[in-house]
Amino acid sequence: MMEKLIFGRYIPGNSFIHRLDPRAKLMGAIWFIIIIFLANNWLTYVLLTVFVLTAVKLSEISPKFFINGVKPLIWLILFTVILQILFTSGSTIWFRFGPVVISQEGLLNGVFIFMRFVLIIFMSTILTLTTMPLSLTDAIEYLLRPLAAVKVPVHEIALMLSIALRFVPTLMDETEKIMNAQRARGIDFGEGNIYQQMKAIVPLLIPLFVSSFNRAEELATAMEARGYKGGEGRTKYRQLEWVSRDTMIMVAFGLLSAALFVLRT
Amino acid sequence: MSEIINVKNVTYTYDDEDQRPALKGVSFSINKGEWVAIIGPNGSGKSTLAKTVNGLIEPDSGEVAVGGLELNEKNVWSIREMVGMVFQNPDNQFVGSTVQDDVAFGLENLGIPREEMLERVRTALEKVNMLEFAEREPARLSGGQKQRVAIAGIVALRPDIMILDEATSMLDPQGREEVLRTVKEVKEQENLSVLSITHDIDEAAAANRVLVMRDGQLIQEGTPETIFSYGEKLVEMGLDLPFPERLKASLKKEGIDVPKDYLTEEGMVDWLWTYVSKK
Amino acid sequence: MDIRFEEVGYTYQPGTPFQSRALHDINLTIKDSSFTAIVGHTGSGKSTVLQHLNALKKPTSGQVTIGDRVITNFSENKGLKSLRKKVGIVFQFPEAQLFEETVGKDIAFGPKNFGLSEEEGLEKARELLPLVGLDETFMERSPFDLSGGQMRRVAIAGVLALEPEVLVLDEPTAGLDPQGRKEIMDMFYTLYKEQGLTVVLVTHQMDDVATYADHMIVLEKGTVMKEGHPRELFKEAGWLSSMQLGVPSTVRFAHELEEKFEWIFDPLPLTTDELAQQMKDKLASKAGEGL
Repeated sequence: MMEKLIFGRYIPGNSFIHRLDPRAKLMGAIWFIIIIFLANNWLTYVLLTVFVLTAVKLSEISPKFFINGVKPLIWLILFTVILQILFTSGSTIWFRFGPVVISQEGLLNGVFIFMRFVLIIFMSTILTLTTMPLSLTDAIEYLLRPLAAVKVPVHEIALMLSIALRFVPTLMDETEKIMNAQRARGIDFGEGNIYQQMKAIVPLLIPLFVSSFNRAEELATAMEARGYKGGEGRTKYRQLEWVSRDTMIMVAFGLLSAALFVLRT
Repeated sequence: MSEIINVKNVTYTYDDEDQRPALKGVSFSINKGEWVAIIGPNGSGKSTLAKTVNGLIEPDSGEVAVGGLELNEKNVWSIREMVGMVFQNPDNQFVGSTVQDDVAFGLENLGIPREEMLERVRTALEKVNMLEFAEREPARLSGGQKQRVAIAGIVALRPDIMILDEATSMLDPQGREEVLRTVKEVKEQENLSVLSITHDIDEAAAANRVLVMRDGQLIQEGTPETIFSYGEKLVEMGLDLPFPERLKASLKKEGIDVPKDYLTEEGMVDWLWTYVSKK
Repeated sequence: MDIRFEEVGYTYQPGTPFQSRALHDINLTIKDSSFTAIVGHTGSGKSTVLQHLNALKKPTSGQVTIGDRVITNFSENKGLKSLRKKVGIVFQFPEAQLFEETVGKDIAFGPKNFGLSEEEGLEKARELLPLVGLDETFMERSPFDLSGGQMRRVAIAGVLALEPEVLVLDEPTAGLDPQGRKEIMDMFYTLYKEQGLTVVLVTHQMDDVATYADHMIVLEKGTVMKEGHPRELFKEAGWLSSMQLGVPSTVRFAHELEEKFEWIFDPLPLTTDELAQQMKDKLASKAGEGL
């Protein structure tokens, strides 16, 4: 079960993309997801594809990982694409069978939707594969900082996020251990009808809850012993450093947006 | 020698169903630079006692003083700066996402400027021999390594006292050895006082003084040698029998006269020499 | 019931970029009614081997024979369940598996999964409690109100309730105090001696290996380095320490005496009783020389 969670895992490296400031990467990825909706013809999609593939190349990560990122979503994508193809009305009809009409416009739209999906997945995969989850939380904290003015507990949210991330592997291990222990006592996970499967999950969930609460309590005690008393007066060990290449990336995104505006029809 | 910890007549009851007090009028003190081990079976109140020292538990009655400061609401944070604590479960005290972040956690809490933090994290990691793992995530460390990181987190704060709350009990023998070695080194370098709660015979042997707890009370006190000479009774006190004691028991069964005093393994060999040459 | 590994290999996440080989070329036999110790330092593959003993994992290469069942990578998942009744596993810190409202129900959980009624399960629980050192008053208590040591005993009873022919123990005494450790190990030893249970013990405690086991398997880097009687394997202290493993205190001390006094201990003493017996003879003969 755990073994399939490849999508979104950080792969250590030292490429140009790896070294970018996480804020630049996060903002870039969000920006990209917005401007992709500007694309509406071949030229714009080709431009976006070239941009993404360049980023993939620069990340020095095998394309296999990106394709793996698309795989789990392939049925969702195909479903949307088929809907697009079937429900776009157009003037050039290529194929007609009873109520099913496939037009050139429909096909084109289908292809565009497909590319949009793939490009968004590639872009966010670049972000997660090249950025340590921890740096991402740093970036999120930084970008949320203005909200502290309106009493949003940004520091606490960031600490919670980083502790949650820190405990993901621990809890995954724990889940696997408890699953094994209950399987050894005769439980079959993922077998039988829905009711049986629901029932099988109880012996897994209760111990997980209990142990998570125990962990949380012990962690809280340890944090207290180490002098944690909230965000006030705390300094930060991690510091993000914005350098010229990060500005460069932002400029690249700006140019890309401008190009899209010019080339779209 | 000056007292660094002084616990006077402390009583504490957990508020759960059974109302048995976890601590019943416990008093003890620790001198500066001393290493004191507290032993006792599980549930005897050892960990509870340790937690009263840095105010993680507020006693129902009695007094605690650390470094001349009385433990109260006002002083509790200053006292926590003086006392570092390593807990039993290596995973549940690892706050940071990487080794260096975890070591920095306590420094961040104190509001230490970043420049100084970088330096102190580095030195602390060097002292526990974990500098090369600075970037590692906890999932990729062994239990012993995680505990060494916890020790580094304490060293970075430059405390006076280190409390080990069964810090080696979840580790394999190798991890146990490496943690114990680290504690010994750090204690010397930093001139710390150590309070260790343990079932481990090697850890108890490293102490200057051993306190024995049972049912929330201190029932014995002495040097490791004195305590170890209790032989079979040690198991009831929550400690493994030291090997020489086990061998002595077996020799006795064979009808061989063995000395009553506690012998180290070396002492055992020496005694055998005299035994052989006397004949 | 014998368990046999032939050329067993196991790779995590094969075919993905995270692929990693945990076991390779493992050949070993766990004989019926033996007390087998599996040792190896952390990361040597012990826990992966353990999960093959009742088909929680299927080998990615080679085959595991459990009794008369042969498990390969291609074995159907169906029907593996019956193996789990024959081979019970007490995992490390087994108290983590407790979940029922009462101790009785938790012990009955396993038997119920194998077709016993609630009543029969509870009956079994009642029988088992004294065996693990608890009494009937625990039946109705919540497992979460117990002490760590008591929870451990309940969890062990929950595995014994399956009435397995082979009992696999992964560091069963980790985190307990010495008294609790001794009681629990003695209980397993009694089951082995008196009921002919096959026991597989995964441990770091070489003293336990010396005291209880009659067969020993040394794992390192995912494969078996050596297999044999502890008395044979503990002769090679140097080799064991190169595997980051120690020898029992008795063996270490016997070696020291051999060097100091030019004594030879044969057979190698594994317990202090054995050592004391041989020492007695040596001390007596020394006395004879002196005359």
